[in-house]
Amino acid sequence: MADLSGILAKYPRSAECLLDILHEIQDAEPGNYLSEGALTAVAEHVRIPLSRVLSTASFYSMFSLKPRGRHIIRVCESPPCLLAGGERLIAYLKEKLGVEVGGTSEDGSFTLETTACLGACSGAPAVMIDEKVHEGVTEERLGRIIDELRGKDAI
Amino acid sequence: MPSETRIVLENVGRIDPESLEQATSAGAYTALRKVIEEGIPPERVVEEVDRSGLRGRGGAGFPTGKKWSLLAPGDEKYLICNADEGEPGTFKDRLIMEGDPHRLIEGMILAGYAIGAEKGYIYIRGEYTEPIERMERAILAAREAGLLGEGILGSSISFDIEVKRGAGSYVCGEETAMIESIEGKRGYPRLKPPYPGSAGLWGKPTVVNNVETLANVPPIVNRGAAWFRSFGTESSPGTKIFPIFGAVNEPKAVEAEMGTRLSDLIELAGGIRDGSRFKAALIGGAAGAFLGPDGLEIGLDFEGPAERGGVLGSGAILVIDDGSSIPEILHGILRFFKHESCGQCAPCRAGTARTVELSRRILTGVGRESDLDLILELAETMEATSFCPLGQSVILPVRSALTLFPDEFLSCLKEPHAIAYD
Repeated sequence: MADLSGILAKYPRSAECLLDILHEIQDAEPGNYLSEGALTAVAEHVRIPLSRVLSTASFYSMFSLKPRGRHIIRVCESPPCLLAGGERLIAYLKEKLGVEVGGTSEDGSFTLETTACLGACSGAPAVMIDEKVHEGVTEERLGRIIDELRGKDAI
Repeated sequence: MPSETRIVLENVGRIDPESLEQATSAGAYTALRKVIEEGIPPERVVEEVDRSGLRGRGGAGFPTGKKWSLLAPGDEKYLICNADEGEPGTFKDRLIMEGDPHRLIEGMILAGYAIGAEKGYIYIRGEYTEPIERMERAILAAREAGLLGEGILGSSISFDIEVKRGAGSYVCGEETAMIESIEGKRGYPRLKPPYPGSAGLWGKPTVVNNVETLANVPPIVNRGAAWFRSFGTESSPGTKIFPIFGAVNEPKAVEAEMGTRLSDLIELAGGIRDGSRFKAALIGGAAGAFLGPDGLEIGLDFEGPAERGGVLGSGAILVIDDGSSIPEILHGILRFFKHESCGQCAPCRAGTARTVELSRRILTGVGRESDLDLILELAETMEATSFCPLGQSVILPVRSALTLFPDEFLSCLKEPHAIAYD
């Protein structure tokens, strides 16, 4: 569970920082999501109705209201990346992780998502894993990264 | 052999972007110092930019000087730098932010000074974690050096910048949706008028400029409007950054004079991929139009593609070879619009969903020939009735694809097609 009061204390009591607050709380939460309790605390802090916080949180694709894996894998699904083999990467990940797009692997390690263009078209296909964008991605490299992250988490 | 002309990207790759010192020795902040030392008044900066003919590099091409001079008077004004760069295939603003962040900061200070704003925001899309971090560090360094904050370099100019991180929404690239997002709301575009110039962020007069537009301001202030006009075309002076990718040998972003021919730009990206033949280019991203082989000689400025019913847009160029299917690429574009439609207005919310259904029907061989007319008619209705440019733009790829490649769509109707990705 994220340290809500510690995060909230850093921000002014104004809706201006709402997106920043939601990002920081979600990043600090191991489940990579915004819980009802977190949204309620945010609403109280910035002094706007919970409905408005929920309205904002539910609009943006990077925010999730449901628990996700420890790591988020986002495959770019814009035409340049699909033409360069992005669809093969999605098929590979579905099999490797045993999930559909939007699903979380059984061990809770990875959530597979797609994303709009990552602005890495000169290095298509691109995949964003957590905060990092990887270019020129192959199935082999994805497999390595996944195994490495699993290994690190196990320690 | 065609060549690049670098104005905006002149220092990218030549300096350590993390070093203010290196940026300064490469010329950063000389335009700002010139304004301070020569006591150039704000209205002279606006005038110079107006005379330069600089037009908005985000895609719409609105004259920057005019936008600045149309700003309503007020005690409190805001400058917003649009770094949402969500147009598929566009990575030009990322290059500026990652490669020369102080160029953008200087452009923002000058723009803020020109319009009378003391606060600027850079709204960067949430997925751009590296540009966000780099801009934040550059802003910190500039502040410590007295280049941002109160009384910049001992002058009476005050200006500061805050980075705002988006959270995954294409429509937030629309200026009023971006303003809503900075205010902490859903990214729903606002009804215009009032335009941001009279009632923008927190209801105050606000200018929203693209990263590449602002990065052109320091050299214009330094070297003058006449110098700037020596590049590009009469109606579109200066250069443009063109991200070129797809079926080319060296996918990359190229900065070239406005009006450079499509064929020359492709040459600059190493030419058509070896062993492939040029079929089409999609210019301007998803909200852009296809050009066929007879479009190779078109000069790319704000007018050139428009003469063929297209747009320059963000300047992104997806080169498509004869091995790729236009109906499939169009399907990907339509799925994108469906995903990114904010749902506020019915024509776009329902229209984007219906275009995907129709496209799927056509591709999988269960469609009828009349579906081709229907998808066009639907996109035309969306152009006429959608609330914001998102729904209005769907017509561009649809009409150009159907006009240029009718046979590909007709053969899909006859032979069921497996959609590789749906």
